[in-house]
Amino acid sequence: MTEEGHDATALSEGPHCTGCGSTSCPGCNRTLDPPRFCATCSRRLTVTVTPGGWRARCRDHGELASN
Amino acid sequence: MSGKPTDTPVTTTVTLSAPRRGEPVRPDIDPAKARARIHDAEVALLDDRRLLNGEELAALAALPDSYVTSLAALAHQVRLTWCGPEVEVEGILSAKTGGCPEDCHFCSQSSRFDTPVKATPFLDADEVLRAAEETKAAGASEFCIVLAIRGPDERTMQRILELVPLVQDKTGLNVAVSAGLLTDEQARRFAEGGVHRYNHNLETSRSFFPNVVTTHSWEERQDTCRLVRDHGMELCCGALIGMGESDEQRIELLTQLQELDPTEVPLNFLNPRPGTPLGAERPLDAWEAIRWIALFRLGLPGVILRYAGGREVTLRELQSMGMTSGINALIVGNYLTTLGRSVEEDLQMLTDLRMPVGALTGVL
Repeated sequence: MTEEGHDATALSEGPHCTGCGSTSCPGCNRTLDPPRFCATCSRRLTVTVTPGGWRARCRDHGELASN
Repeated sequence: MSGKPTDTPVTTTVTLSAPRRGEPVRPDIDPAKARARIHDAEVALLDDRRLLNGEELAALAALPDSYVTSLAALAHQVRLTWCGPEVEVEGILSAKTGGCPEDCHFCSQSSRFDTPVKATPFLDADEVLRAAEETKAAGASEFCIVLAIRGPDERTMQRILELVPLVQDKTGLNVAVSAGLLTDEQARRFAEGGVHRYNHNLETSRSFFPNVVTTHSWEERQDTCRLVRDHGMELCCGALIGMGESDEQRIELLTQLQELDPTEVPLNFLNPRPGTPLGAERPLDAWEAIRWIALFRLGLPGVILRYAGGREVTLRELQSMGMTSGINALIVGNYLTTLGRSVEEDLQMLTDLRMPVGALTGVL
């Protein structure tokens, strides 16, 4: 769960591809890319990449981090 | 099935893929001539200790693929002789991501292209410090704060000038900055504010630059690079190869870098980003990347030649070979908007290669 009480898995598990936001994409998010779209609502995520990880935030579905 | 050996030798035909667009076909040459070119470069760089000129570099660049290992071996000796065995490790942070008004065709942070990267505001000081601490924990000596902007406005200047001493004091890291084009006054203030190295890439040669950037000129970048040096900061001036430029244009860039005389040259390989004009390009072939790592070292024998973005997707299993082809510095961990391989993998690679980690600032 995220700080706001959202289920963070909503960002990574849903009908939308986290690489392009499409529902028809079989999964274009490459290994060396952080998620860019919310898997649940396909909204573009606010992503912060740091040397040791990344953090992705959806306005409606909370935040997901690499660790 | 009979155990009798067959009289007919079995032959296998292997078809190599044709050179990709923009990749030169390098015909075989007389082996004696090829060896002579490499020998002449060795004498120039190791005995006479002089820089190779564009013509000499072009002759080396034209050698067939079978000579890449010879170029790499010489480049490694040149690196050891001119720079020593240490490898400098650095972490970078995109402190302000996306929304850039410039149109660099390789960059996912331009506001002019529809890319998956969403613009985010300047990170707060705590976030920057945390990232610097991650970098320190990886054994790095250098931390670079990067902003996706054309150049800094006054508010941005002040924020950077607050962050630099803060990060230095809290972590002991050398702090570099990359904030776009600078005025003379801004360069002076950064130098006085403790920015020890400023990054501003030429990216590519003057003749190829208009193909990939139209919102500012190559000369504007060159001017900023000169200001950095004029004000006593170390110049970090990188290249991005694999955008469709020719061999001749890479040599042109090398001679232009020789003229600017940077302390560090980060070597990036195009990692085609979705939504950018170069998004459909193919990454450079790994063997071609090794050739150009070696040529960059042979062209710039005394610089800190740093592995930067795109090395994982371009070199794959050949990343350690790059370390013995002229590279003597690494960005470890993640990049600005993409991820790198783990810090542990890179540090293990350096251990396996018996390459000590150390700061190279001021020793070259």
